[in-house]
Amino acid sequence: MFSRLKDKVGQVQLPGDEFSWEAEDTIPLTDPVRPERVVCGPGLRRSGDRLLVCKSGVLRHKQPNVFWIDSQQRRYVPAKGETVIGIVTAKSGDIFKVDVGGSEAASLSYLAFEGATKRNRPNVQVGDLVFAQFIVANKDMEPELTCIDSSGRANGMGVFGAGGLVFTVSLGLVRRLLSPLSEIRSDLDQLFPCELVVGMNGRLWVRSPSIQQTLIVANLLQSCDSMTAPQRRELFRRVQQGAL
Amino acid sequence: MSDESVKLSKNLLRMKFMQRGLDAETKKQLEEEEKKIISDEFWILDLPELKAKENLIVQEPSFVPCEDLNYGRMSFKGFNLEVEKLMAVMNPKDEEEEEEEMRTMQTDVTDEEMALRYESLVGSMKKKFVKKRDRVVLEDDLNQNTMEAKRVFLKPQD
Repeated sequence: MFSRLKDKVGQVQLPGDEFSWEAEDTIPLTDPVRPERVVCGPGLRRSGDRLLVCKSGVLRHKQPNVFWIDSQQRRYVPAKGETVIGIVTAKSGDIFKVDVGGSEAASLSYLAFEGATKRNRPNVQVGDLVFAQFIVANKDMEPELTCIDSSGRANGMGVFGAGGLVFTVSLGLVRRLLSPLSEIRSDLDQLFPCELVVGMNGRLWVRSPSIQQTLIVANLLQSCDSMTAPQRRELFRRVQQGAL
Repeated sequence: MSDESVKLSKNLLRMKFMQRGLDAETKKQLEEEEKKIISDEFWILDLPELKAKENLIVQEPSFVPCEDLNYGRMSFKGFNLEVEKLMAVMNPKDEEEEEEEMRTMQTDVTDEEMALRYESLVGSMKKKFVKKRDRVVLEDDLNQNTMEAKRVFLKPQD
């Protein structure tokens, strides 16, 4: 199975394709080795002994045993541990309802903020932006957010967003922005001072010294979705020279 | 009265105050029936026995650990220093980068510098371990090396 998966790395897979866990065609002459564990990321689904593809895209592999499908999509499905930009839509008792762009609004406890106690409530209003992390996210239950890490510190999460702009891009662009060797990020680094908050749900928030510059960065990032690398470099160069 | 009309109902016989007068056979019969009722009340699923199998496929719903994605807050050209500090803390460094750092760290002190440092250290350590009387001699030796002529008492002339 492992070798079969490895053979398909870099090839396009379609939903319904499957990898089964059958015995290898050749019987090893040495002692039976311990079967390898496989970690299947987004786009792959386990069903008994089989591994099914459930998204169309390119099969990717990371050492030692991680496989996932690299696909383009705009629909966000909450996943545990991901950080997202949410909009507070309602305050009800001790929880806030937060729109994260998923199928259902997530809940955020008022105690899940740094320094919040029963007596000391955080100042969160309807319409505020929060940068939060999923602690519960599965298909059967309401997703749940938190704005603190396991040691109780905010680490950049919480309410933010004074004087910035939120817009939505594809999930693929978000991943390109966050990847460790991101070209877009290094291109952006050469423009002007600005700040970016990137949610895994496809929402981006930009702020820079002036409104004009904020709009320029927002437009640049939105157009990055449908540009090749040379086109993007050319555009960034022109902006840097002050042509736009 | 006929026998049938005398017969009491089962529910009545099961009552506590009726137990004393019952004979062994009817008691046993009642107990058996009771057991049957209890066992009927429990549901049993007619399933084959579950075999615990080692699960070789682990599911991971998020892209973040797969692609080693960075933390979602970033600041460029020192716009928000707080966030830039946070970026340095939250984003795990590349192995290559780390190696590079290690190399530069190692060349912080060159071999020659190290040798020079130890050279002086040898002298001072030696001083520490010799006895007091010898130390004077040692210092004298050093002085001799540095100063050409040793000062001697010059007898004043009358």
